Amino acid sequence: MTQTQAKEHSGATTGEGDVALSVKDLWKIFGDKADKVIGTPDAELSRQELQAKTGCVAAVKDVSFEVAPGEVFVVMGLSGSGKSTLVRLLTRLIEPTQGSIRMAGEDITSASDQQLRDLRRKHVAMVFQHFGLLPHRKVVDNIAFGLEVRGVSRTERRNRAQEMVDLVGLSGYENSYPDQLSGGMQQRVGLARALAADPQLLMFDEPFSALDPLIRRDMQNEVIRLHEEVGKTMVFITHDLAEALKLGDRILIMRDGEIIQIGRPDEVVGAPADDYVKDFVSEVPKSHVLTLRWVMRPARPGEADNGPTLQADRVVRDAAREVLAADGPCRVFAGEEFIGMVDDEDILRVVVAEEG
Amino acid sequence: MTTLQAPPGRPGPNVKEEQPYVDTAPNRHTALWLAVTVAVWVVGWLIFRGQDTRTLSFQDLNGFHRWLNDLRDSIQLASSRGNWFFHGVIGNISAFFNWLVGQLQELVSTPAFPRPVPQIGWLGVLALLAWVAYAVAGVRSAALVLLSVLGFGFLGYWGDSIDTLIITVLAVLICCLIGLPLGIAMARRKAVSVAVTPVLDLMQTMPAFAYLAPLALIFGIGASSAVVCTLIYALPPLVRITEHGIRSVPETTLEAAGSLGVTKQQMLRRVQLPMARRTIVVGINQCTMAALSMATIAAFVNSPGLGKPVIAALQSLDVGGAAVSGFCIVIAAIMLDRTTTAASERAEKLNRGALASVSRPGVMLMTVVLEKLPRWATEEQRGRRPLPSPLFRRAVLALTFIPVLVAILLSRQYLSLATFSSSANVGPRIATAVSDLTDTVVNSVDTFTNAFKNVISYGLLNPLQSLLGEAPWWLMAAVLISVAFFLGGWRPAAVTVVCEAVILGTGLWHDAMVTLTMTLVATVMVMVLAMLLGVWMGRSRPADTVVRPVLDTFQTIPPFVYLVPALALFSSSRFTAIVAAMAYAVPIATKLVADGIRGVSPSTVEAARSAGITSRQMIMKVQLPMAREALVLATNQGLLYVLSMVVIGGMVGGGSLGYLVVSGFSQAQLFGKGIAAGIAITALGVMLDRITRYAAARHGRI
Repeated sequence: MTQTQAKEHSGATTGEGDVALSVKDLWKIFGDKADKVIGTPDAELSRQELQAKTGCVAAVKDVSFEVAPGEVFVVMGLSGSGKSTLVRLLTRLIEPTQGSIRMAGEDITSASDQQLRDLRRKHVAMVFQHFGLLPHRKVVDNIAFGLEVRGVSRTERRNRAQEMVDLVGLSGYENSYPDQLSGGMQQRVGLARALAADPQLLMFDEPFSALDPLIRRDMQNEVIRLHEEVGKTMVFITHDLAEALKLGDRILIMRDGEIIQIGRPDEVVGAPADDYVKDFVSEVPKSHVLTLRWVMRPARPGEADNGPTLQADRVVRDAAREVLAADGPCRVFAGEEFIGMVDDEDILRVVVAEEG
Repeated sequence: MTTLQAPPGRPGPNVKEEQPYVDTAPNRHTALWLAVTVAVWVVGWLIFRGQDTRTLSFQDLNGFHRWLNDLRDSIQLASSRGNWFFHGVIGNISAFFNWLVGQLQELVSTPAFPRPVPQIGWLGVLALLAWVAYAVAGVRSAALVLLSVLGFGFLGYWGDSIDTLIITVLAVLICCLIGLPLGIAMARRKAVSVAVTPVLDLMQTMPAFAYLAPLALIFGIGASSAVVCTLIYALPPLVRITEHGIRSVPETTLEAAGSLGVTKQQMLRRVQLPMARRTIVVGINQCTMAALSMATIAAFVNSPGLGKPVIAALQSLDVGGAAVSGFCIVIAAIMLDRTTTAASERAEKLNRGALASVSRPGVMLMTVVLEKLPRWATEEQRGRRPLPSPLFRRAVLALTFIPVLVAILLSRQYLSLATFSSSANVGPRIATAVSDLTDTVVNSVDTFTNAFKNVISYGLLNPLQSLLGEAPWWLMAAVLISVAFFLGGWRPAAVTVVCEAVILGTGLWHDAMVTLTMTLVATVMVMVLAMLLGVWMGRSRPADTVVRPVLDTFQTIPPFVYLVPALALFSSSRFTAIVAAMAYAVPIATKLVADGIRGVSPSTVEAARSAGITSRQMIMKVQLPMAREALVLATNQGLLYVLSMVVIGGMVGGGSLGYLVVSGFSQAQLFGKGIAAGIAITALGVMLDRITRYAAARHGRI
């Protein structure tokens, strides 16, 4: 699957100029001779072959994508796929080997140390898998740490931190120390710390992998709620497909440092780019993700004239009852435009296939 | 729920984990080659026995020794004539330290002319020390210090004890001034670390005894060379632990702070230092203990302090006298250890910085440094009480200082409060009692001790000494090189070649072989004991709980003191040094073995148990093989500890290199030979260290 094909699938690519984050041809190769690999035939080798031949490890290979303002963009892959490296490249916590990163119109790749620090202090914030809290500071001081290092006065940052404590639901724990909190609560502190600086872009590096499933679900809902409340652009790294489908407006699937597919959840499930992705999504309950667009069929002569109408972006599970209750096939519209028909058979094919 | 695994029965073609690219370890037949080496050695020994042994009798000197004697004369001449370096630079440094120690002594321990007594008498010193302990470590430490310092007085070594404390504390302060910034720089800059680490390695491998004489030559005998050698000895642990503490701040924390845009300064001051604070205080604890043990040994270069009476008593084989002054050293050790320990716990409370994780530090020596720490230091502190506010604390400190001031003033006014009354001195009585007791005990157990001594001497020591010492030097050299090569590869073999060349150059090959024999015998015994104890401790929590504090206490005692009981039991002989060396080295080796056994992954142990193996099989087939790295490391440390002690044991009948070093201090014409012996000891130490370290690196991995 090549890059361009992947882009075709991602129907929701944003127009130029209206971009929160834009990454072009990004490479990261670890090793002594890292800069001598790109542009040579070696760059085409698989990761193992490259490592055996040159001792270098290509963590991120020629990755390009764009994220729209307010979007939740999920990067998904197994461990070792390069996704954690990728997110660190975005704020240059790891230096890229090659490529360009633009954030809100600013070129990150050529930013000076001072600019970079400024960017990290004000525009981008990150939430980490292992929280990275300071054990010697109280919750409220942990949350205020980012404000403190950029020189915000004590009262102001205390007030702001207190707001954040309330926002993430930690009221009453502000004077506790991190090790007195449960994992989920610690991650709330991490979340609050990231939000405290009021950044435009939030990055999550597998934030909930270390939490147990119930807490994880709570935290996912928390992120959805926060996204609705504060509306930040988010880049979210995960190895959990269910999490990706639940949170993502769009999903980027990585493997061995390369992009396999970029697309909306229903695109990833409905039109997997290759066997790798297909295998991934095989366990997903399709009716929860796929929209009518993916199950409809072309209209037979005469059908297009009557019958109930449904919008193409309705999820199958939601629309199933209406379709099954209707006397005949239903008409599917994308906005005003008629695009196809869906009947009981189409619905049952998706729903029943899962049962078996 | 996630689709990480392909469902059973259906192959997931692309979702398989990648196989990492690894080298396969070559099969080396190490044991076979070692056996061949030993066979060749024994055959060679049978044929060439007694030839080319490079024996040099005690009073004989070779050209190198005379050259060193001449060098000493010319350096002494140069400094007396005002040579810019020896007189100008070194002379001034030396004079400064002498002056500083002198001032401090006049302040608290020796008569300050024109007064017949020090500026501050014993009562004032007592109050002041207790107050300092209270300020840095709390009430309980203050009580301990009070009792300990009173103990110095009652045992009759008031002045010597305070002098030892002066040297120790002064050296620790200078260590902090140098060591903390250096450790921080090493943690933050790889280049600094790469440049400094080998120097620290050398400083730690070199037995302290070896650099006393050269320092005495340069700085002159007395307080200044005592301070300098104490400094050299105590600096490495502080630097290493500081570096480790800063390094061990978790990567995620640094990354998280970095993602918030902290500057380097902010990172250091607000993240790294607070989080490493407790580890650094532990480093100061280790530095202090090292300083104390060196400050006593520095008596050989005429340092004021407790070392002097110990040496005098040891040389006249006066067990009672050595016991009392040795006991003062033990009191000082326990006092300093507990106080700095309490201070580090306080640092934990004040700052809540968790001790850096020490589960599996990458650098081997780091493990060793940390292994020297007592258990409390490597376990996280639980249960916390709220501390009073800083303002309240300051007020309390200020208030409690008033009685201290009163005590100081009183001690300046009244003679009885200035010098410790000699009627309270129970030292001599204790000494007599100890001597009598020792005589009784030794008489009643001496069949046993003699039997033990004879078995080891005739069964192990003599044959080995004959094998090492009576083989031609070229055969021995070849044997050592082969052993180094088969155990660790060409690198340690190369180091061995260099070290052998150095030993040959000193002209003390035969003495070195004798010292090596004693070291090997003692190390074998240390390892046997350490394995028994260590396996027991590693497998049983209760055993660990009981034995570990004992080992901790043993480790705080300066090596010197071990000579006293060994002397009492075995009188003056080679074996005395070996026993003292064992007592000194067993604690560290045992702890390493125990931790190695405990470090075996519980799931492996569980899996083995589920396969139905016996305890014996568990130890032999699972735990010991998997703890191999720890075993080799324990051997490494055992060797170095034993070597340094065997050398010190030279003065109680150990003979060979150690005795030459001691003689070098006392007899002018043997000065050069003593220095040469120091060099040979260092070469021996480096050689043994490198061989075992490379062996650990090669065989440690499983």
